[in-house]
Amino acid sequence: MYQTIYHRASSVDEAASLFAKGSEAKFLAGGQTLLPVMKQRLAAPSDVIDLGKIKELIGIEASGDTLTIKAATPHYDVATSDTAKKAIPALAYLASLIGDPAVRYRGTIGGSLANNDPAADYPAATLALGATIKTNKRTIAADDYFKGLFSTALEDGEIITQVSFPVPAKAGYAKFPHPASRFALTGVFVAQTKSGEIRVAATGASQSGVMRVPAIEAALKANWSPSAIDSVSISASGLLSDIHGSSDYRANLVKVMAQRAVAAAA
Amino acid sequence: MGVEGIGASVVRKEDKRFITGKGRYVDDIKLTGMTYAHFIRSPHAHAKVKGIDSSAALQMPGVVAVLTGRQIVDDKVGNLICGWAITSKDGSPMKMGAWPAMAPETVRFVGQAVAVVIAESKNLARDAAEAVVVDYEELPAVADVTAAVKAGAPQLHPEAPGNQVYDWVIGDEGAVDAAFSKAANVVKLDLTNNRLAPNAMEPRAAIADYDAAEEHFTLYTTSQNPHVARLVLSAFYNIAPEHKLRVIAPDVGGGFGSKIFIYPEEMVALWASKKVGRPVKWTGDRTEAFLTDAHGRDHVTHAEMAFDANNKILGLRVKTYANFGAYMSLFSSSVPTYLYATLLSGQYDIPAIHAEVIGVYTNTTPVDAYRGAGRPEASYLIERMMETAARQLKVDPAALRRQNFITQFPHQTPVIMAYDTGDFNASLDAAMKAIDYAGFADRKAKAKADGKLRGIGVSCYIEACGIAPSKAVGSLGAGVGLWESAEVRVNPVGTIEILTGSHSHGQGHETTFCQLVADRLGVPISQVSIVHGDTDKVQFGMGTYGSRSAAVGLTAILKAMEKVESKARKIAAHALEASEADIVIENGEFKVTGTDKAIAFPMVALAAYTAHNLPDGMEPGLKETAFYDPTNFTFPAGTYICELEVDAGTGKTSFVNFVAADDFGRLINPMIVEGQVHGGLAQGIGQALLEHAIYDANGQPVTASFMDYSMPRADDLPSFKLSHTTTLCPGNPLGIKGCGEAGAIGASAAVINAITDAIGKNNLEMPATPDRVWRTIHAA
Repeated sequence: MYQTIYHRASSVDEAASLFAKGSEAKFLAGGQTLLPVMKQRLAAPSDVIDLGKIKELIGIEASGDTLTIKAATPHYDVATSDTAKKAIPALAYLASLIGDPAVRYRGTIGGSLANNDPAADYPAATLALGATIKTNKRTIAADDYFKGLFSTALEDGEIITQVSFPVPAKAGYAKFPHPASRFALTGVFVAQTKSGEIRVAATGASQSGVMRVPAIEAALKANWSPSAIDSVSISASGLLSDIHGSSDYRANLVKVMAQRAVAAAA
Repeated sequence: MGVEGIGASVVRKEDKRFITGKGRYVDDIKLTGMTYAHFIRSPHAHAKVKGIDSSAALQMPGVVAVLTGRQIVDDKVGNLICGWAITSKDGSPMKMGAWPAMAPETVRFVGQAVAVVIAESKNLARDAAEAVVVDYEELPAVADVTAAVKAGAPQLHPEAPGNQVYDWVIGDEGAVDAAFSKAANVVKLDLTNNRLAPNAMEPRAAIADYDAAEEHFTLYTTSQNPHVARLVLSAFYNIAPEHKLRVIAPDVGGGFGSKIFIYPEEMVALWASKKVGRPVKWTGDRTEAFLTDAHGRDHVTHAEMAFDANNKILGLRVKTYANFGAYMSLFSSSVPTYLYATLLSGQYDIPAIHAEVIGVYTNTTPVDAYRGAGRPEASYLIERMMETAARQLKVDPAALRRQNFITQFPHQTPVIMAYDTGDFNASLDAAMKAIDYAGFADRKAKAKADGKLRGIGVSCYIEACGIAPSKAVGSLGAGVGLWESAEVRVNPVGTIEILTGSHSHGQGHETTFCQLVADRLGVPISQVSIVHGDTDKVQFGMGTYGSRSAAVGLTAILKAMEKVESKARKIAAHALEASEADIVIENGEFKVTGTDKAIAFPMVALAAYTAHNLPDGMEPGLKETAFYDPTNFTFPAGTYICELEVDAGTGKTSFVNFVAADDFGRLINPMIVEGQVHGGLAQGIGQALLEHAIYDANGQPVTASFMDYSMPRADDLPSFKLSHTTTLCPGNPLGIKGCGEAGAIGASAAVINAITDAIGKNNLEMPATPDRVWRTIHAA
């Protein structure tokens, strides 16, 4: 690790102002990506600004038809939260599948979404549920937020403060974990909104990061059942291919995981 | 056996320090004035080193030195050796290129060191290493063993044309040809045995400390065999004479074979310590472990088995290409020859066997012994073959095995080994019963009705352990004898120190070796301590590998104990005014049989040291030494059966049941044996389903971290059902066979046989990743 200056911010405003002062500052949430990268000397931030201890960034609330998770809430809290489990059980289930216990105690929803790893779990739920990402500057709709691999609509220095998920009529998540990293080799989140819209998002599969899957959405719109997806054909074109999963295998997983997500949806 | 004697599941004495963080590993040791080494490693699989510019690095704060491969060669530090000479079928010795500790001219695998920075801290060394400019001229590289032997392939060493180290054969080719010519059926099989990274929990580390006044070196290192390290460093690498080099292997966090070998980093640390006049520490990180710890396996094999019309095996023909990586590591040459092809008879009576093994250089990390070392490759081959044959001959795979089992012992195979004892039917019966083999067809049908693909796979393994009779291995080309030594020191108050040449790096010797003493003297194990891993404390010994520590190391302790007891008996008889023949040892006392006269063991010890009243002519003291050379290998064997389901939608395997019935001879501590089997099975299942050290076509490793290399985790594994069927080993007085490697040797075939049974297709390579299984299910 290269030398860096660590700051523990006590408020979002303080974090933003520390960021503005640093020459190559980075925000630290759970550190599940940034710290390993720094240890490998692949990142050399001048300043590391820890958001993880900012009280206003931690918490889970349900109000009306919205479940709001504050950005520095760790995955473990979401996975075990009665509020989250009652409002959107598929989301709490998704959180329970992230990494391993150590990762779930440290990793946060805000960190996951800001990093936008193409195989992370939260982007699938965020996109499929049509969530709203609130920052210290604005609110961004999920449909406008994800911009490709490790790329988002966030501007330099912008801090996610919370994510608001509309409570769906039904939602389900099925994940096929990467055997080594336990990220999603492919994970599919399916949701039926209260207004009847069908949204399906797959993570881990596409070269462009999390993606909607219109063919499966159309099939489920006609018939919300696993068998409705039987006839859907997913193209391997544009999908990731590596030693753990070829693109045609991932295309198969998009379909199979979607079927299992529908079967599990509640 | 007593509560702490042989056969008792005594809780491990060493675990208190390990689980409370009080273990003392090499990296925990800090010496005054210590400097830190960081190696500069090649990013290329094959390249010329045109120049190294360290001028900027030398100006950086805290930098003590930057040393290069050219300097270590100029200082006449010896090249790394391979300690087992193999002769090719044409009578020529194996062909090896030079392996300097750091490359002066040519790098041949990614991760090979070209220079080292010595600095005041680890981080400063790393900073400075980034300022060292190495000018490489890239050369074409080859990583795949079959590509490397093709005409026109990039050549690694001028000494080894065609990248061929040797072309070795074993067995009677004429007899095999004759067997095949009269065969009713021939079964053919092509297999790859996937390359594995060993991944001991503790990465390798070394601290070298040169004392200029005494011209003496001390090396702390992560070694399974510190005496062998000292021998090789002295005799071949010109570091220092043996009496001027102390090697200490303190607590070591796992080895699995990878810490048998003497690596470039220890050599460089020793040499650098003298050059800079200060202690030098190097602690590898996980990436360095992936890049430089000797890998395991990596075979490509074609095999054919001939059967008569009654399904009796007539002969076996095998041709294997073994990937050695870029250099010949210390025992690499023996692994695919004498540790592999000599086990190709498996548990079966095979009248004729012929095997050809071609050892090949590639631009990859060197390959050497890894848990099982050659025997997993043999067992996998023979057990995949038996399953394939059963399918082709349309007979039950367990029945085909049973029909061909060796049942008379001793049994001389056509490939050197003489099996001393065993009961293969007993372990097969036990495993079949444990898994309800008879009920499998019903379970499979029920699973099918539920849309599941269920399979069962049998693996009947045998291995050769207790390595090894020195004369025998010497005649086969080994550079060392493989006996073991022990010293039993009884202190004046009766506590006992056992000094052993074996080295414990997870095996539990500090408990099991004490259990022998408890068993013989009836003293609690708390009165006994085990001393190992320090060449200044312990006489020359051969170390721990090849499941030899109990069969060979503990037998050496037994031999020394017998001498101690004999002398103690004389002292007791003298003190009790009885005949020596009437003395019996019970519960820590030496008693006159049939009387109430007794003297406690501590009093015998005290008498030996006060020497006030010893038998005439007897030397004072109570301390004895023994060297034990085994008369034969030992032959642990058993049956593993795996039942599993495959998810046709994803190709994912889920275990239903995994049973093991092992014959390890006598068990010293069944709990520790159970742990050894669990660990071995995890590694065997890891090889079958998950692990694979992969290189791309240019020799770039693509699995150099745990983000890409799939290590088995607890939730990847089933709960194992273990049992034992025992035939005592006649080759050593304790009847021990060894248990350290069996799981890794036998498990992978059981898993693949079960998956191929489930999916109804026989051709499937390891690791059986979900993608690969799914592709195989859906292949036309």
